Amino acid sequence: MKNNRNIKTKKGMFRDVIILGVTVIITIILLLLFPDKQKTVISKSWEIFIEMLGILPAVMVLMGLFAVMIPKEMVVKYLGKTSGLKGIILAVLLGALPTGPLYVAFPMAVALINKGARISNVIIFLSAWACIKIPQEMMEFRFLGLKFMALRLFLTIVFVIIMGTLIEQIIEWSDKKAKGSTNE
Amino acid sequence: MDIKVLVINLFALGCLIFAFVKDKTKTKQSLIIAAKSFLRILPVVLIIIIFIGLLLGFVTPDGISRIIGEKSGFKGTLLAALAGTILHIPSIISFPLAAALLRSGATITAVAAFITTLTMIGTITLPLEIKELGKKMALLRNGMSFLIAIVIAFIMGIIL
Repeated sequence: MKNNRNIKTKKGMFRDVIILGVTVIITIILLLLFPDKQKTVISKSWEIFIEMLGILPAVMVLMGLFAVMIPKEMVVKYLGKTSGLKGIILAVLLGALPTGPLYVAFPMAVALINKGARISNVIIFLSAWACIKIPQEMMEFRFLGLKFMALRLFLTIVFVIIMGTLIEQIIEWSDKKAKGSTNE
Repeated sequence: MDIKVLVINLFALGCLIFAFVKDKTKTKQSLIIAAKSFLRILPVVLIIIIFIGLLLGFVTPDGISRIIGEKSGFKGTLLAALAGTILHIPSIISFPLAAALLRSGATITAVAAFITTLTMIGTITLPLEIKELGKKMALLRNGMSFLIAIVIAFIMGIIL
C-alpha cells in the first residue's frame, strides 16, 4: 500500500516536471516572438517567486508537523461518538487539521459512518478537510488579505454545516423511501 | 519584510519549537515530510508562477475583466466556478493566481467562486469518493458544494 503510493507520487512528480519543461519552452518561444512582453512577464514571475519563497517553507513545515503529530485514529475516536453542536464543532476543527490530501479522509469517513457518526457530521468533516486547512488559510491571508480570508472562512463553515444537514435529510429520506418500496 | 509573512513564519517557528520540545524524533520526521512535500510541489509552483507572469504580460486587464470581471456578470462567476471544479491546482498555490487575477480586473465574486470550488470539489478524487462512500453521498456532496460555492461567492461580492 505504502509502496504503491510512493510509485504514484513518483509518477505524478515525473508528469509535473514534464509539464514544467513544456511550460518553460512555450514561455521562451512566446517571449522571443514578443520581446516587448519580456520585461513584464519576467518581473512579475520573479516577484511572485520571491513572495512564495517567503511563505512556502513555513507552510510546508506546518503541514509536516500536523501530519506526524496527529494520529488518524485519534480523529476517528473523537468524532465517532459526539453529536449535536459539539459534534459539528469537532467535525470542523478535526477536518481543518492539515493531515493530508482529501483521499486520506475517505477511509476515515467510512470508519466514522461504521462507528455510527451522523451523516451530517461526516459530510462536514469531509468538506472541512477539503477546503479549510490552516496552511491554506495562511496563504489566503498572505495573498488576498485578512478580510477576504476571514469572510470566506466564516461563510464556508456556515454553508458546509447547512449542506451537511441537508444531505443527511436527503439520504435518510431516500433510504426510508427505498425501504418502504421493498416492503410493499 | 511584509508583516503578514513575518506573522506566518513566526507562527510556524513557534509550532516547530513547541513540537521539538515535546518530541524530537517526531519533529525530525515531520521536517523530512515537509522537505519532501516542498520538493514534490515545487514543479507545480514554478508552473503557476510562470503562468501568472504570462497572464499579466499577455492578457490585458480589459481582457480579464471581460472574461471574469465586471463586464462578464453572472457568466464570469459561473465560468470561474467551473474552472475551479475542473482544474487540479494545489489549493495553497492557487492564492497568488487569485491575487493576480483580482489585481488585474477580476471581480471578488469570480475569484471567491474559483477558490471555493477548487478546494471543495475534487473531480480527480471523485471516483475514489464514490467507491468509498457511495454514489449518493459523493455526488450530493460535490454537487451541492458547487451551488454553495456560488452562493458564498455572491455574498462575498456584496460584502467586500
